[in-house]
Amino acid sequence: MDLRYTEAEQAFRADLRRWLAATIPTLPEKPAPTDWPGRRAYDTNWQRLLFDAGYAGVDWPVEGGGRGASPVEELIFKEELERAHAPYVGVNFVGLLHAGPTIITEGTPEQRQQYLPAILRGDNVWCQGFSEPNAGSDLASMRTRAVRDGDEYVINGSKIWTSHAEVADYCELLVRTGPEDSRHRGITWLILPMDTPGVEIRPLATMAGSTEFAELFLTDVRVPVANRVGEENDGWRVTMVTLSFERGTAFVGDLLEAFELLASSVALARRTGAWSDPGVRRQAGHLRAELDALYAMTRRTVSQAARTGVPGTGGTYFKLAYPDVRNKLGEFSLSLLGRASLGADDLDGLDGLGSLPSEEMVEDWLRGISLTIAAGTSQIQRNIVGERFLGLPREPSASSGKSA
Amino acid sequence: MDFEPTGIQGELAEGIRRLLAGAFPLDQLRTRENQEKVIDRDGWTQLAEAGVFSLCLAEEAGGVGLGLAEATLVFEELGRSLVPGPLVATHLAAGLVDGAEDGSVVVGMVERPSGPSANVLPVFIEHLADLDVLLVLSDRGIEQLDPATLSARPSRRPMDPLTPVWSVSSLPEGEPVAGPEIVAWWRRDGRVLTAALQVGLAAWLTDLSVAYAKERQQFGRPIGSFQAVKHLCADMTTRVELARVGVQAAGVTIDQPDVGAPDVVAAGAKIVADEAAITNGRSAIQVHGGMGFTWEVPVHLAYKRARLHATQFGTADRLAEMIADALADGLGGPTDVG
Ligand SMILES: Cc1cc2nc3c(=O)[nH]c(=O)nc-3n(C[C@H](O)[C@H](O)[C@H](O)COP(=O)(O)OP(=O)(O)OC[C@H]3O[C@@H](n4cnc5c(N)ncnc54)[C@H](O)[C@@H]3O)c2cc1C
Repeated sequence: MDLRYTEAEQAFRADLRRWLAATIPTLPEKPAPTDWPGRRAYDTNWQRLLFDAGYAGVDWPVEGGGRGASPVEELIFKEELERAHAPYVGVNFVGLLHAGPTIITEGTPEQRQQYLPAILRGDNVWCQGFSEPNAGSDLASMRTRAVRDGDEYVINGSKIWTSHAEVADYCELLVRTGPEDSRHRGITWLILPMDTPGVEIRPLATMAGSTEFAELFLTDVRVPVANRVGEENDGWRVTMVTLSFERGTAFVGDLLEAFELLASSVALARRTGAWSDPGVRRQAGHLRAELDALYAMTRRTVSQAARTGVPGTGGTYFKLAYPDVRNKLGEFSLSLLGRASLGADDLDGLDGLGSLPSEEMVEDWLRGISLTIAAGTSQIQRNIVGERFLGLPREPSASSGKSA
Repeated sequence: MDFEPTGIQGELAEGIRRLLAGAFPLDQLRTRENQEKVIDRDGWTQLAEAGVFSLCLAEEAGGVGLGLAEATLVFEELGRSLVPGPLVATHLAAGLVDGAEDGSVVVGMVERPSGPSANVLPVFIEHLADLDVLLVLSDRGIEQLDPATLSARPSRRPMDPLTPVWSVSSLPEGEPVAGPEIVAWWRRDGRVLTAALQVGLAAWLTDLSVAYAKERQQFGRPIGSFQAVKHLCADMTTRVELARVGVQAAGVTIDQPDVGAPDVVAAGAKIVADEAAITNGRSAIQVHGGMGFTWEVPVHLAYKRARLHATQFGTADRLAEMIADALADGLGGPTDVG
């Protein structure tokens, strides 16, 4: 067990830190949170800068056009970006973390050629059309149907909670190609160009007041068979392949941001005087202890991936433990703001000491709420831990879809 | 950076686990429940021979010369096996008290109460009848006392049946043997080692619960198929995983102080491990149902031991306040060091 970085790792960090120090000040002003075209332009511009500097797809294999960095370098990359307050992966999320990696392993040479460089350069934005109104946790029950017609699929159905759909060029779309009750065995993975006739996008407001996700309505949408990744009816396996790219770094930026949020909460408490309350201090100390343990878990998972080349169980434990800590932190900062949390604008700092991070804290608290739901709810994570890791018997009626 | 245990570290833990299974089987330990002496001197010597007490002592001083990181692996196993006795105290005393390192001297430890409520409650001392030396820690330093000279009252109802306790209304002055810098160091390392014991308890409680959940049938199926039970178990193992890496990271940070803030992560490790052990104790009882409330099922032994550890080297609230002080002093995040 060694937490010191090697010389090569330190050099990687130093180079990156230098590049970030030179680049971040040249970025355009951040668009308003509700200005989605502006956010797309901002995020893809950042992706282009990463690309030009050789940092695009830092974790992608070299064959896919990535940098092929080690898991530890990937961790350093995310640490340094957060440290420099660099832009997030933002609208590039699905392309870089899901669609791209899937095409690298399962796509044809033509598909790789056509889609991967555009993702890395920030030319194309992708979204993920998996969930449906009646198929969330039980994704294998999805019904959006694709029927073969010559060398095209004709698609009818709908998708929901599709993040960044409004600004996406492509969608990684799961469709039913097998019989209605074929579950995992009858799903196909398709590339859907978002400007195809018959695709209707209806923005869906989140409880945080943002329209980051949308509903997709698909009516007689025609997609060439050449857009299929993997075999027909083999889409479930194709989807799972993406998971093998996860090396424990998915939440590094988010977690480091939580450390910062705790620090600003402490600063706020000291300014308002709440810090003299031992209860407040204890909550802060407890939260820091939990965040440190979560960071240790991140380092363990990354180290495991570096040793074995496959994702361990750490990511699942993290996914289960992190949202609770994050939500406690949200409640903590909100309770420190007190009634100032009711008007979510930055406070002027009437005490003359500068503005207080009120708006950020309220945003953060709201966003934190989605962590127990998005990408697999905490209940589903507990089923996975109980059944796959601990070997407990399955629910009588298939909690993770065994009945299929 | 490579935070995975090395092959040698893995073998160390494995070796200790094998030794403990042979030398400290639970049914034998249980024959000593509620007795005034619970330490088996042969077993204690075997622990010493395996390096439990001399692990972190320099090789020149007759020790094994390993770090606290390795010690966390060993102490997790000791915790899991419910080995009774002042393990942490004797480990810390190796190098200061002759004979601690080779197991010939059993060293106990107690904090001298301070502050406004110091004289309200008596002072409780674990394992007094088994001790050869008692060390008293305070902010001023460490004093040594001869346990035989104390007029102490044994408790008729020790909370942990394998940890007999005595009370004294006040502690006499002892012979000074070390200064405040050693106290600070011992408290910090003591937190990490006690936290490692807690991880072992938390893990053992999980194992017992998972095994029971697979075997116990109700409504015609194993209770572990019910989510209400399954999710308790999933949360138990998640707590263990989190506490374990926290404790190991604290051990490494103490061995390699330039990678973090050793005092902060030591305190944090104990907070998270205390919580894992205590909460898992409650969950384990729940998973076992009525059997969980019996004396026969050993779950309560681990739960009570966890409660005992929670009182040692600083309670979670006290430790959280220490971390809060560091935060107020501008403690940075994990990327602000190294
Ligand atoms: C911010 C955000 C972004 C998202 N982005 C995308 C996206 O880009 N693309 C996409 O395809 N999807 C996306 N999703 C959808 C997300 O994956 C689903 O919301 C999630 O999988 C849960 O499905 P559901 O909402 O239908 O809830 P349901 O499955 O209906 O669950 C409702 C409740 O029942 C519980 N439950 C369900 N089944 C079980 C069971 N077997 N055992 C125990 N409890 C159970 C759940 O835990 C939950 O508490 C996003 C969601 C959020 C919140």
